[in-house]
Amino acid sequence: MVPRPGRVRRRSRETANVWTLELEPDGDGAEPGQFHMLYAMGVGEVPISVSGTSRDGGMVHTIRDAGAVSRALAGLRPGAGLGVRGPFGTGWPLAEAEGRDVVVMAGGIGLAPLRPVLRRLTGRGGKARRVALLYGARSPADLLYPRELDRWRARGAIVEVTVDHAVGGWDGKVGVVTALLGPGLFEPSRSLAMICGPEVMMRFSVAALMDLGMPAASIYVSLERNMKCAVGHCGHCQLGGTFVCRDGPVFRYDRAAPLLGVREL
Amino acid sequence: MTDDLAERGREGLKRILAEQPFLAGLDAPHLELLHGCASNVRFETGAFLLREGEPANAFYLLREGRVALEIHAPGGPPVVFQTLGPGEVVGVSWLVPPYRWSYDARALEPVRAVGLDAACLRRKCDADHHLGYAMMTRFVPLLVGRLQATRMQILDVYGHHG
Repeated sequence: MVPRPGRVRRRSRETANVWTLELEPDGDGAEPGQFHMLYAMGVGEVPISVSGTSRDGGMVHTIRDAGAVSRALAGLRPGAGLGVRGPFGTGWPLAEAEGRDVVVMAGGIGLAPLRPVLRRLTGRGGKARRVALLYGARSPADLLYPRELDRWRARGAIVEVTVDHAVGGWDGKVGVVTALLGPGLFEPSRSLAMICGPEVMMRFSVAALMDLGMPAASIYVSLERNMKCAVGHCGHCQLGGTFVCRDGPVFRYDRAAPLLGVREL
Repeated sequence: MTDDLAERGREGLKRILAEQPFLAGLDAPHLELLHGCASNVRFETGAFLLREGEPANAFYLLREGRVALEIHAPGGPPVVFQTLGPGEVVGVSWLVPPYRWSYDARALEPVRAVGLDAACLRRKCDADHHLGYAMMTRFVPLLVGRLQATRMQILDVYGHHG
């Protein structure tokens, strides 16, 4: 429960309000999908998913400046200190990807927790039959990791990008992320989907995948609900008998569906 | 010879119509009726298929190329709110009065499409309600899909929570 000291090694700007921080390695072995509680000294603590690992094992987090704590974290310069707890939670089911058609659907900052997945699936050890990334963002200026999108494409992944609206200079697709789904993208009987983004986007994406024949048990979503302690004690992220911080944040959809239906939380 | 070419052209257009995913399942007599209102059309990059405020005289089934649906605003470039590609339909306002386009549609690259004369098709739908129903059962899901997409875009989910 006590944060350990961490230090920022590198800071890079992704978009107008999104920054990526690489921390000094400290032996942390977080898996794709897991998160850390990052503590901005004197400001507060928030859960941030792992968006990558440096070659020597330093944890990488991509942070959107959306509130007091995330703004303080996103503003940390190389050499600055912060508190780190974790890693916490469940990871993406990478072992299940072997031999299957993997559809990764990301919305907005939701691409960050999926970046390690795409790196693994398109890397040398990637064993998926096919990999497709369907990525939706608010506008062209809000797209994360443009160079990596090209790299994944060059490594054989289908990478489709769409934005909600565009003004001049954008020759890509405009529309909702579900419009990127189409027949032939995956074979339902040997498919796997991993989705991360705003809950509304995830609900519609799941519905569209299931309409195309993907079983609920092949779909994984990453939930984010008011996580405070990260160890299932405080109850802030409790949904029924489930604690999102401890039992998630990655859930198989047939288990997550009743949780997503809880409107009061 | 000229008649032969014209005949081959007509048969070619009939086949193209039958291959359109949007018209899948339409029976032969109705395809024949549609064929009477159809023509092959091309648009160069930057050309407008539709202009906001103009009469909705035709709609298009895209065969090749992409099209941007956009709204223009004074003092700035137009805002693109949707792009469409092969197999998709450009133009739904031809179905409902006052039959005017409510946005622009601009070719982002060379476009080949089947154009359907809207006045011709409306007349045929009035005369043959089965054809009208067949059109409605295709256009209503399209409209509902676009309404849902618009709702998602208006919610601005990535802006607030993403």
